[in-house]
Amino acid sequence: MADARMDVLIPLILYFIVIYALGFYSMRFVTRASHREGTGFLHEYLIGDRNMGGFVLAMTLVATYLSAGSFIGGPGAAYANGLSWVFLAMSQMPTGYFTLAVLGKKFAIVARKINAVTVTDFLKERYDNTLLVVVVSLAVVFFFIAAMSAQFIGAARLIQGSVGVPYETALAFFGISVLIYTIIGGFRAVILTDTLQGIVMTIGTTMVLVAVIVAGGGVPSIIQGMLEIDPGLISPYGPNPELTSMAWVASFWILVGFAIVGLPQVATRAMGYKDSTSLKNGIIYGTVVSMILLLGMHLLGAFGRTMVADLTGDLVVPTVTTTLFPNWVAGIILAGPLAAVMSTVDSQLLLAVGAIVNDIYANLINTKVKNTAKITFISSIVIGAIVFIASFDPPELMVWLNLYANAGLISTFLWPVILGLYWKRANTAGAFASIVTGIGSYIAFDMYWARPLGFHTIVLPLILSLAAFVIATYATPKPDQRIIKKFWGI
Amino acid sequence: MTEKINTDDANFVEDPRYKQCNREALLGLGLGIANFIWWFAWGYGFGSQPVEGYTYILGFPLWFFMSSIVGAILFTVLAIIMVRKYFRDMPLGPLEEDDLKELQEGGREHG
Repeated sequence: MADARMDVLIPLILYFIVIYALGFYSMRFVTRASHREGTGFLHEYLIGDRNMGGFVLAMTLVATYLSAGSFIGGPGAAYANGLSWVFLAMSQMPTGYFTLAVLGKKFAIVARKINAVTVTDFLKERYDNTLLVVVVSLAVVFFFIAAMSAQFIGAARLIQGSVGVPYETALAFFGISVLIYTIIGGFRAVILTDTLQGIVMTIGTTMVLVAVIVAGGGVPSIIQGMLEIDPGLISPYGPNPELTSMAWVASFWILVGFAIVGLPQVATRAMGYKDSTSLKNGIIYGTVVSMILLLGMHLLGAFGRTMVADLTGDLVVPTVTTTLFPNWVAGIILAGPLAAVMSTVDSQLLLAVGAIVNDIYANLINTKVKNTAKITFISSIVIGAIVFIASFDPPELMVWLNLYANAGLISTFLWPVILGLYWKRANTAGAFASIVTGIGSYIAFDMYWARPLGFHTIVLPLILSLAAFVIATYATPKPDQRIIKKFWGI
Repeated sequence: MTEKINTDDANFVEDPRYKQCNREALLGLGLGIANFIWWFAWGYGFGSQPVEGYTYILGFPLWFFMSSIVGAILFTVLAIIMVRKYFRDMPLGPLEEDDLKELQEGGREHG
């Protein structure tokens, strides 16, 4: 700790104190709810009693899908690939309106009809199949544990790099904080801290971008500087056209623009808002904030190339920030990327816990649901501990799972949720066929033909799994009349 | 996708809110596709020529300025217009008698 930079560390610590305060504030609601009968506790813990307003909805949605990937890795890639990567990142722009419009009020109405608190609840009622519930819940638990661990590692490296503390200390400080506020406060703590984090990210991004433009002598001179370094930096094909080919870049519209609807951490938010005004405002704020963050963070990385030479990946944001600002300001701004990680991890943790307690335990093992609160806390602590320990020395399996986490979750949820919501004919066989085809073909493509026809690996498996869904559905009987009445009736 | 399937029960009445919900979902999908086309056409349409021939606006190459900056602002504005003009308020919980009547009559603005 001798060479820790206290002036960077102190703002970070203050920031974490606010986060803890939000956790303890939410704990009051959780404690009150723990006396409720049956699944009443889970209704608060997993979905915050469906009480989100528009601003909170927008912030938590944006903060959740913008992970370490877009906040630390993204600017790093923009540094290396110039405007082509900013252009690529703009494919995530629709997420602000697309998810909420497409799942829309229908998902919220249906969730209320069947009293769903997780996306798996929705699938369970719609397809009425125990095996499907088990498969989907296990997919959530395994993929999220792996993904969380990867996020922990990223955050710990960031703290290590910018504050100067050892990796293990950084990991403990960060990991334990996230686990505590999520476990004590549940969904309400997650969305409130997400909102704070969204605000911090937006302000931080704007400040750094303005400072970078001023320091570089304005946009025209920065762009000309990029041109002098490598003309590829200002072309949509990038300095390395084999990497950023047209089909591959366009594929990101599917990967991060549209298919995000299928991620359970995103879909859950579409069932947790309060009323239709929240949805409207959520779309408006969400789109504006997405635009600022996506453009700002990635332009920052691309412009940074002309100011600080020879950086690699993850160090771009911390280095540019500490170069341009006094240390204590840098401390506040660095809370931005950390916030991005925290707001992603907390919802993953909550969903993994939800999968175990709600989807497997309450639905299948003990349908009378007593002691839910106790079981919830115990499983949260166990999952948290597994992630935490694994982040010190990630086992092979976890690295492998993380590689497939996003694609696996999208393949598991996208078509069963969308078609289950809008297509009456969709049935259990179709859902199974699409999940198996999606995950199976993704792994196969990834191993043997990573860029089929120039596209990103995810594109063909998603088309194949849609086809599999439709074929299997038509080959098997219609879903039960009872289910249709429950979902489509009054 | 409201084919006749599964509505063979004569007493089946579909939730009257869904028609509007489906319309809003299609609008969102349409806006997403339009956004993609705008981005793709400007980005690759003007970005594919040799870098020496680029024109610049406010310092940015034209292809980038139009696809990523104007595109982002334009589609944010369109998203706001979409929800303000075409999205309708409705109750999300179980329907009461008079909610139902109002919705079936074609639905005025609803608190």
